[in-house]
Amino acid sequence: MDTKVTNAPTTKVWGGGNDPLQSSYGKMMMWFFILSDALTFSAFLVSYGFSRFKFLESWPIADEVFTHVPFFHGNYPMYYVAFMTFVLIMSSVTMVLAVDAGHKMKQSAVTWYMFLTVIGGGIFVGSQAWEWATFIKGDFGALETTGGRILQFVDAKTGERLALKDFSVHLDSHRVQHKNNNGIWFSSEKALPTFILEEVVAGVKGNDRVLIRTERLSEGGDKTLLSRDETLAKLSSATQVVEGANLIHNEYGNRLFANFFFFITGFHGFHVFTGVLINIIIFLNIALGTYEKRGHYEMVEKVGLYWHFVDLVWVFVFTFFYLV
Amino acid sequence: MGHEHKLSIFRGFVTFKSNTQKIWGVLIFLSIITGVEVALGIIKPEVLTSNSFLYMKILNWIFIILTLVKAYYIAWDFMHLRDEKSGLRRSVVWTGLFLIGYLSFILLVEGNYIHDIYKEGFIKWEF
Repeated sequence: MDTKVTNAPTTKVWGGGNDPLQSSYGKMMMWFFILSDALTFSAFLVSYGFSRFKFLESWPIADEVFTHVPFFHGNYPMYYVAFMTFVLIMSSVTMVLAVDAGHKMKQSAVTWYMFLTVIGGGIFVGSQAWEWATFIKGDFGALETTGGRILQFVDAKTGERLALKDFSVHLDSHRVQHKNNNGIWFSSEKALPTFILEEVVAGVKGNDRVLIRTERLSEGGDKTLLSRDETLAKLSSATQVVEGANLIHNEYGNRLFANFFFFITGFHGFHVFTGVLINIIIFLNIALGTYEKRGHYEMVEKVGLYWHFVDLVWVFVFTFFYLV
Repeated sequence: MGHEHKLSIFRGFVTFKSNTQKIWGVLIFLSIITGVEVALGIIKPEVLTSNSFLYMKILNWIFIILTLVKAYYIAWDFMHLRDEKSGLRRSVVWTGLFLIGYLSFILLVEGNYIHDIYKEGFIKWEF
């Protein structure tokens, strides 16, 4: 039985002795993990697309939702998200520079590039947290109808959006927040909205320049503006005041919009967060000289793949959530 | 480890002297694309939003194509797919493209169908 296959590897075949694709076991498994993770993310994004196609005529316009930049007042659609995208691409670059320096066995260069990557990731996660806080807080407020639709308010003269506080009147209300020290058992309720429904309704009725904007999109892609008469008629269908966003109600429009925002950017943000943790561990290992002793920096390359993947996903989230 | 780096991008149109230089070159390219996307997203030119191709606005086609271009350069140059064996590259890229393409196709068609049912059936949503 001395038949021999000519292209057989000369080293041990069993027990991981050979690498068929000229890449180590760890690197290949990182690639296949990334592939499966990409499928999870695409499931999220595609289900977003599904819901959006389903409610094509009433989906919120992302430009009108994400208009804030920290420390600045005013309307700046997308600038901050573009900045976040740039930060993530930049930290991807420092990561690939770290891998490159690792190939050349330059320990101090790898340490520095890895440090910058961790900083970039930190800035991104911080920005994400700020974005969430702004989204949850909301800025204009709205009414919700019996059918769960959102009614927003617009100034008839200027065409600008109106916040509830701009026109609502103050009524003497006996409704106070129920706190756990008042009841017979230690139960409490969530904070009450700034205005009650009656105050907003009275405000609209008493102010001629307030118009309602519904969720429905026109042919040109703008939200439908009701006339003054239609506005007054529409008020009767309102059931509650909505300020900001949670998983059940949000002031931006379709309820699913906020849910997808929390789940997609949250799942991505969780990846960035774990990526930063892994990067810190690798950074410490580099600084301690572990890979210098091992003779190669392949570990940096492997976490680098994960880090680039996080960047790759963000590119798609940016397009499908904020641009399209 | 120990792979040779392929230093040409754009099918050999631009060749860099070193790997480091290539990284910065790709960064500049990706930044330009992001800049174009953001500028188009803010301006929203009338020509691109009022005309559509295959049921989608031209502007959205541009966004999606630019995104795929960005994804290509991130995967090929930052994740070194360009330097890997074609077997590894294909087993990752083709599998992903096929499954994601299939999933997008069936779910978007289904979403569109439900949209039509909502629109033409006796379902009231605005109340």
